[in-house]
This record gives sequence, C-alpha cells and structure tokens, in this order.
Amino acid sequence: MARPASRRPGINRKAQYSLFASYVVAVTGAAIGLLLVVVAIFDPTGFAAIRIATSEVSRPVSNALKGMVSGVGSVDEVLAAYWRAGSQNVALRRQVEADRNRIIEAKGVAQENVRLKKLLKLVDADASEVLTARLIASSATSARRFARLNAGRWQGVRPGMPVRAPEGLIGRIHITMPNSAEVLLLTDTSNIVPVRRANDSIPAISTGLGDGSVEVRALTAGRNPFKPGDLLVTSGIGGVYQPNIPVAVVVRAQGEIAYAVPLANPARVDAVVVERAFEDAVTRPGPAAPNVADEPVASNVAQP
Amino acid sequence: MIDPHLYHVPRLGRHPSRLRLAGTPIITVLLGSCLTALPIIAQSPVLPPFGLLLMLAWRLLRADLWRAWIGLPLGLFDDVMSGQPIGSAMFLWTVALIGIDTIEHRMVWRSYRQDWLIATLAIVFCISGGLFFARITGGGNVTLFLVAPQMVWTVLLFPFIVRQCARIDRWRVMA
Repeated sequence: MARPASRRPGINRKAQYSLFASYVVAVTGAAIGLLLVVVAIFDPTGFAAIRIATSEVSRPVSNALKGMVSGVGSVDEVLAAYWRAGSQNVALRRQVEADRNRIIEAKGVAQENVRLKKLLKLVDADASEVLTARLIASSATSARRFARLNAGRWQGVRPGMPVRAPEGLIGRIHITMPNSAEVLLLTDTSNIVPVRRANDSIPAISTGLGDGSVEVRALTAGRNPFKPGDLLVTSGIGGVYQPNIPVAVVVRAQGEIAYAVPLANPARVDAVVVERAFEDAVTRPGPAAPNVADEPVASNVAQP
Repeated sequence: MIDPHLYHVPRLGRHPSRLRLAGTPIITVLLGSCLTALPIIAQSPVLPPFGLLLMLAWRLLRADLWRAWIGLPLGLFDDVMSGQPIGSAMFLWTVALIGIDTIEHRMVWRSYRQDWLIATLAIVFCISGGLFFARITGGGNVTLFLVAPQMVWTVLLFPFIVRQCARIDRWRVMA
C-alpha cells in the first residue's frame, strides 16, 4: 500500500490550516492530559467526579452481568469436586463428625467468654458493620488493582472503610460515588496493611504486588521469621482495620521478604462486608454521652 | 427473488448515513473501553486494552478517518472506565497518534506487517506509559514485569482486531 495522499494538503490553504490546527489541538490536549496526571500525583482522588456519570451508567450493566455469571469463577472447583467424589465424601463425613465435638466445645467456650465479659463489665458491642454488597467489576486493564463495589455514598460507604469477606480481608474503600465505590484491593501495590503472625503476634507490614499476591516484611530485627504456612491476620495498628481479620498465608520466604497469598479471592467471594474504620468503631460515642468512666473501656477494646 | 448476499451490496443512488460513517468507529472504540465493566475481578492486569487496540486498528486501516486530536476524547473516556489516573490515556493515545502520523510521512510503502510493527510500538508505548503514570500517582512499586504478559497478548491480538474492524468497515461504507 502506498502512502495515503490525504495527509498532504498540497497548495490548498484552507486544508493546510485545518491540518495545522488539528495538530495544535492534539498537542495542547496531550499537554493538558499530562497536566491532569501531574495533578493526580498530588491528589490521586481529585477528579473522581468525572467518573460519576459513567459509573452510574455502567453499574446496572455490571450488576446484571454479575448476576448472570456468578458461579462461573468457581466452575473449576465444581469440576474438581466430581473427581474422586466418593472417597472425598467419606473423608469429609469423618471430618464433620470430628468437628462436631469441637464446635460444641467452642460454643461452651463462647458462652463462658460472654459470662466472664459480663463479670468484667466489658461491653463488646460490635456495631462496626455498615453493609453487605457485591464486587461487580474491576480495573482489569490497568496496573492498579481496583474493584467496583455495588454500593456508594448514598448507602453510607465512606473512603477509608475496610472491606472484608468471610474468608478474609479484601481491601479498603478508595473513592465513593453516589451508588458505587472503588475498592483498593489488598493486592494493589499501594495498599499497605499492618499485620501480625496469628500464633505469636510478630508484627509485619503487608504490601501488594499487583499480581494477586502480597509481600510481607517483618518489623522485628534479625532474620526473616516467616516460613511457608504462616497465617497472617490484621493487627489493628493504624486504626483502619479491625484486629484479627485473616489476611494471607505465607507461601515463600526469600531473604528479608516473605511472599503470601491472600485468603479471600475477590473473584470468588459472593458478597463483601463494608465495615467502619476501626478507629471510628472504637471511639464512636455510644447512645449515652461518653463520659470519663467509659474511656478506659474504650481503650481496652482497642488493644489487639 | 434477490440473493440474500446481495442485500448489502451498494446500489446506485444510496449512501450510508453520516452517523454510520463517522459514528461506527467511535462507538466501537468506546465499547472496547467499556469492556472493563464486565464482571471480572482481575487479580493482575490480564485484560488487553481493547479501546487502544480498536483505535489503532481503525487508524491504521483508515488513515483519513481521524485527525490526531481524536485521541483526547477517546482517551479521556478510557481513563474514566479503566482505573488509570485521568489524563493518562489522553496523553498517551494522542502522542501515539501523532507518532503514527510522523511515521506515515516517512514511510513510502506500507503493508500489513509494517502496520503490525507500528501497532506493536504504540501498544508498548501506551502500556508502559500507563504503568509509569500509575506508578507516579501513588501506585507504589509497580514493575514492568507485571504488565509484560498483557503487552504480549495485546500485540498478538492486534491482527484479529484489525480483521474485525475491516469487517465492520465493509458494513460501514456500504449503504
């Protein structure tokens, strides 16, 4: 194919000017685009208002599609379950029988716990949950890891609120729009979560890697204390996440960094729970006016 | 009885509407950008940037269709739909289009393979540029390794997208 002729306007003055003007517009626009990015360096959520219209339009579409394909993500699990179904059934039945006794024991322990807390006059009102919603879309083409939540400002969602699933932590709210919100997932490279090892409380920092895993750096001196199989839970430091939300399992330790895989897969979970930021949930004044006597109780609850 | 294949053959005195001629490419690119509204909760950048692919395909298929500034509105829409900072695709797409214009002036003979090479350069530029912008706007330490697979299959997908664009184009110009 030869070079197209239309880009050469020849001696037609009007065509020449029109072509020149189109380049002026393009270069100016590109400069404005660069300027918007520079603004975003200092204020990453600044132009969220521009997204409102499209998010309000795309939300019902995504939601309807999500309703249709919900379950496609776990097709492989279903297929795998058919394989060795018989022997698995027997093994699971034995395990259920073994677990039943433990559940009964745990119920007893829980009751005893409630009784002891009453004795200590510790009120453990867990009113941190805001609402339950679904993740309906995500930034699948971008290097950042955002998911869109099917609930927004009008439903009481605010930036900074932690988002969790029954299996573990999902992330926290980044931007809110009237009826939807963007969730910064746990695996985003800018999401830093203070965690601790579940069995001995070694503090650490979890940072997303952007590829579905997180890297964990211990806050203790000396060599890397983590080994594959360690369970990490939130420590409650920093005041965003409640303590003891399961976060990830360490799969590999390398030098000073341990690599971990999140326990909750956002693609698999059916519904997520938006909670109040831990700081708000603890220091929020109750129905009675907060007085001096309540203060020690509140600080007591705050400790992990 | 008319052969059903002849329904879409241009006839004398009939012209496609302006909306169809000018609107079809723009709508396909916008739809490509909208693919991020699909209910996929991705754990890594897996989905190829279909908006960019479609825009490059239309640009290389029909050089006289758009001027370089078309990258601004299309890029803005893509920024709104993807999680990238606003202005990122606006800048990158427009620069890519200006670059394609420049290359076209220099190159005398151009065929399918050269088109693919040009598109490859534009895709690598736009994806790595988007990564850089995500990094400087609070994205943390994102590495190029993270988007390398996405780059590879976006480049490999380009011939298919051009074919589909050519098919739509045939419908577009026939009355």
